[in-house]
Amino acid sequence: MKNTAIISRLLPVLTFLLFAASLFMVFIYVPTEETMGIVQRIFYFHVPVAWIAFLAFFIVFIGSIMYLWKRQIIWDTIASSSAEIGLVFATLVLITGSIWAKPIWGVWWVWEPRLTTSLVLWFIYAAYLLVRSYASEESRGARFSAVVGIIGFIDVPIVALAITMWRTQHPGPVIFGGGLATSMLITLLVCLVAFTTLYALLLIQRVSLKKRENEIKILQNDDLILEKDTGG
Amino acid sequence: MKFWNKVFAIVWKDAISEMRTREIIFSVLIFTILVVVTFNFAFGASAETMKLVAPGILWVTFTFAGILALNRSFIPEIEEGCLGGLMICPVSREVIYVGKMLGSLFFMLIIEIIALPVFALLFNLSVLSPQLITITFLATVGFVAVGTLFSALAVNTKAREMVLPILFLPVVVPIIISAVKASGQALSGEPWGELSSWLAVLGAFDAIFIVISFWIFPFIIEE
Repeated sequence: MKNTAIISRLLPVLTFLLFAASLFMVFIYVPTEETMGIVQRIFYFHVPVAWIAFLAFFIVFIGSIMYLWKRQIIWDTIASSSAEIGLVFATLVLITGSIWAKPIWGVWWVWEPRLTTSLVLWFIYAAYLLVRSYASEESRGARFSAVVGIIGFIDVPIVALAITMWRTQHPGPVIFGGGLATSMLITLLVCLVAFTTLYALLLIQRVSLKKRENEIKILQNDDLILEKDTGG
Repeated sequence: MKFWNKVFAIVWKDAISEMRTREIIFSVLIFTILVVVTFNFAFGASAETMKLVAPGILWVTFTFAGILALNRSFIPEIEEGCLGGLMICPVSREVIYVGKMLGSLFFMLIIEIIALPVFALLFNLSVLSPQLITITFLATVGFVAVGTLFSALAVNTKAREMVLPILFLPVVVPIIISAVKASGQALSGEPWGELSSWLAVLGAFDAIFIVISFWIFPFIIEE
């Protein structure tokens, strides 16, 4: 209990410092890219955001499996919190991608594999959250959305494969291809770490909020039962 | 009773109830042909355009038809309280999944067997090639594999038939892409070799989602 208290104190500070550092690196430290110019700097935002979206959906997948297996509410809480964060980041991926694509490709949107896969991903996890809200009871919603969380994540590689076979235009992966200057790589790594801590912070906050919501619901139910018992 | 005997009993139950009510095949078939005719108004009917858009029309139509038929697969079970009966039966939940899936597959294939020649006739295309039949079969298996799972899920929510398309459409994107591309190639008379990579995607999707749905279905109809 003491450890979690320390983490929840430290994490916001750490996230703040990391974001200050990454802002400095993105706007002052790193040189402007030659061909694309200033627009390229959105890359340091776009790539970590995409990484967080995938990480979040992977956590949804793990949480869903664990919930169906162990039936502990905490797994559902983790999965659904992660899905909410993931959907926000998936939306940001689509928006930052479009902002970059307009000056570089000349259009806001092209039906290119990674863009299209991100869009399909967005729809799958929007459905995940919709199914939860449409369920008549909460335990049902938890089970149903766990099913969607598992099917959706397994579907992603097949979607990506089919769409890649269908067409290609995204700039290839530059991180491991050696096409990225050292300063740019360092900046990207700092941004990745900063966003990952942000994700951890958001997830911890959301999970503890949901835990309290559940506690309140349990208290309310107890009250109702008491009222019925006393004939009130 | 062995596994397949139990499965066959559920398929037979669905077939009998379909023969008596004619809720799925007849209405979905009319819907399918109506959609094809409506697309014809949307795109004009020059032979050139038709050749380009025909695979798309075909698969959008079959996808919508699939959603309608799959929704009907569980709605009567819920409305008449039959699902409770099915669950009291001394069969495992997996048997119910396979039975309902084969039932839906059977209905969908009948609809497609009638709709494909009509489509060919209305659009002057030769769709009755072994390639196109294989594509249709594989894609339909994929549709019913995930569709049966999501249909059972959807009827247990408040929004019912709205939930199925919202879940179903993004997940079957690989099937739609592969089926449209492969049908396009099949319609322009290309040999099996050209289609093989698309058929592989369809086959992989079918195999993966039959296994996953089989395993995950019992979690949906628990209580």
